[in-house]
Amino acid sequence: MRRFSWFNATSLTLGFAFLYLPMILLVVYSFNESRLVTVWAGFSTKWYGELLQNEEFLDAAWVTLKVAFFSSTIATVLGTMAAYVMIRAGRFPGRTLFSGMIYAPLVMPEVITGLSLLLLFIGIGLDRGVLTVVLAHTTFSMCYVSVVVSSRLSTFDQALEEAALDLGASPFESFTLITLPIIAPAVISGWLLAFTLSLDDLVIASFTTGPGATTLPIKVFSAVRLGVSPEINALSTLLISIVTVGVITASLVSKRAAVQRRREEQAAQRTA
Amino acid sequence: MAESVFAPWNDPEAKPLIQFKGVTKRFGDFTAIDDLTQNIYEREFFALLGPSGCGKTTLMRMLAGFEEPTEGQILLNGVDIGHVPPNKRAVNMMFQSYALFPHLSVYDNIAFGLRREKKPKDEIHARVKEMLRLTRLDRFAQRKPHQISGGQRQRVALARSLAKAPKLLLLDEPLGALDKKLREETQFELMDIQEKTGTTFIIVTHDQEEAMTVASRVAVMDEGRIVQVATPDVIYEAPNSVYVADFIGDVNLIRGTARARPTDTPPETVAKPEPEPKPAPAPRETASAPAPERAAPQPNTLGRALHDKLLSPIFGKWLEDEPRRLPPPTAPEAPRAAAPETTAPSPQPQDIPPGGLEIDWSEGQAAIIAANGDPALDGEKVVLALRPEKLGIAKTRPQAPNTLKGKVIDIAYLGNISTYHVEIEGGVMVKAQAANTRRIARRDITWEDEVWLSFTATAGVVLKDE
Ligand SMILES: Nc1ncnc2c1ncn2[C@@H]1O[C@H](COP(=O)(O)OP(=O)(O)O)[C@@H](O)[C@H]1O
Ligand SMILES: [Mg+2]
Repeated sequence: MRRFSWFNATSLTLGFAFLYLPMILLVVYSFNESRLVTVWAGFSTKWYGELLQNEEFLDAAWVTLKVAFFSSTIATVLGTMAAYVMIRAGRFPGRTLFSGMIYAPLVMPEVITGLSLLLLFIGIGLDRGVLTVVLAHTTFSMCYVSVVVSSRLSTFDQALEEAALDLGASPFESFTLITLPIIAPAVISGWLLAFTLSLDDLVIASFTTGPGATTLPIKVFSAVRLGVSPEINALSTLLISIVTVGVITASLVSKRAAVQRRREEQAAQRTA
Repeated sequence: MAESVFAPWNDPEAKPLIQFKGVTKRFGDFTAIDDLTQNIYEREFFALLGPSGCGKTTLMRMLAGFEEPTEGQILLNGVDIGHVPPNKRAVNMMFQSYALFPHLSVYDNIAFGLRREKKPKDEIHARVKEMLRLTRLDRFAQRKPHQISGGQRQRVALARSLAKAPKLLLLDEPLGALDKKLREETQFELMDIQEKTGTTFIIVTHDQEEAMTVASRVAVMDEGRIVQVATPDVIYEAPNSVYVADFIGDVNLIRGTARARPTDTPPETVAKPEPEPKPAPAPRETASAPAPERAAPQPNTLGRALHDKLLSPIFGKWLEDEPRRLPPPTAPEAPRAAAPETTAPSPQPQDIPPGGLEIDWSEGQAAIIAANGDPALDGEKVVLALRPEKLGIAKTRPQAPNTLKGKVIDIAYLGNISTYHVEIEGGVMVKAQAANTRRIARRDITWEDEVWLSFTATAGVVLKDE
């Protein structure tokens, strides 16, 4: 055991305070009786009730979920394909350029991505709405998926695919029966990443959205400009809880799987 | 007797299963396989042996279909398979890393290839069961690969590659990941399975003992070429080059200049009893001189004629290697092996067969007699390759055709045998091996001792210096 040190304790407290104090405030005030966000007037859950009555927020939530689902799904398919090709294609002229270009959107300022997409949609005469937001989100989240999947593929033993081919599988079968099931966890993480990126994107969605396609971040942002309401605090608290529960469950599940696997491997060695 | 010996490579009528015809494989500027021509026959257990990077895996991958030859042809049963994709070949491979599918059970791993053929379910089931039985994995059918041990994984990989009953099974360093004991067990298991299934096996290994144990023929490779192909005993006893001699097992290399010995008596008469035969300890002693025709099973005269007239001119140098035979047995080896440290009842000088070569290896030292040397090497720089176990070691000078005086520098005690590192006059280090038939305390040779090394006139192999 390391000895207790005031320095360590202080840095830890400061760091966590920095990270979580704003969120704690937000959660606490979502249970405030008063409409004023800075004055505590007793405990109440009434803002949660009002939130569920608020059609606009519910509509925006529904649009956001739809956009996130479709864009992350398309991004996962395209991003996985891109990663697979980049890892498997071997060397060809311009390979570095290609792989660089796949990752460029990661560092591209969102404003520029959003603006360029807007210009494109106007240029080809596509009416802005849910479809354009989905396309825009697909574009920028695809490279995240591709990063996650290609890092998994780079440690994937290519002999497994060769073994499948050797045993008579077609290249397509070897991908769907062997490669895909094995890299599935990475593909799912990629999908989740794309999903959350789409959920909280404000900038690109603002550029590419149109009438009837207001996403939750846009809605929240415009509502806050008229003044912070406890309803928004309640909404944020809900989002925080959903994310927290999701993250904790996922890590528990994967930890249990790892422990189980280690135990089985040890058992296998003993019976050898 | 000749009929029962499995040696299709000596039978000019035998149809090879695999033919490499002038196969070259280049990766960019790098030549991994260099104009290779070789036949491999049905039911053979063919071992590819060579140092890392000599092209063994590349050769296998071309057979499996993962690489295409840059030049030349690979024929399977006479059909060019150079451009057939791997999933359309009757060839299966057992991967060095096993490459088991981690998300599938042992059963599903083995069934994978059969399912790709869209066979009826019960047929697949029966075949998988058979494979599980053959590799003694019945109990583990439902386990995942990470739930079984290394040895079991290796058997799953073997079962999976055998399930489709391929004509040819490729094994790329299949036992590399196993410990020594399991390795040896598995080698015998492999030989057993190969015999039971009648499949042709090509095994890659960099372990020469493994190659010698399992293989019907061993091919020694170097930098993309096959240097020698022969049965394990020929490879060991009659290497065709310093490279092979050095690669296979332990060997002493003594460099010198060859000088033809006079052939007073023509070799034909030597086979007959000597004018004054000694009471010999072994009856075959007198016949030990060049009587090579009896040493190895030979093809019949028609076969030999076909070989000489037809095949040799076409396939040239690669076929020339194949008639290499073991050197004739020499009588003096027998008594020496039994009591290596005593002075063996040595043959008299007149027992040395005439002909062959003498090798001047050091100023002021008696030339080494190599009666089995090729007189055509007269005047050339040569290397005498001498296996340590063919050398006798004693404290007094024995009566032997060749004796070398030296000093013991080091003794490696290996349990059953000891290897003596002896520095002979002229500064050359020579290793001699002796069986430890006596308890260690009673052996009389120790460090710094002056000793005599002795060997017969046919114990070594004379090779051209490279
Ligand atoms: N795909 C490849 N691209 C470039 N060089 C290769 C490739 N595969 C093998 N080589 C080279 O070919 C040589 C032979 O390799 P390999 O057949 O794997 O040797 P071995 O199996 O005998 O150790 C090595 O020098 C290796 O670097
Ligand atoms: Mg290799």
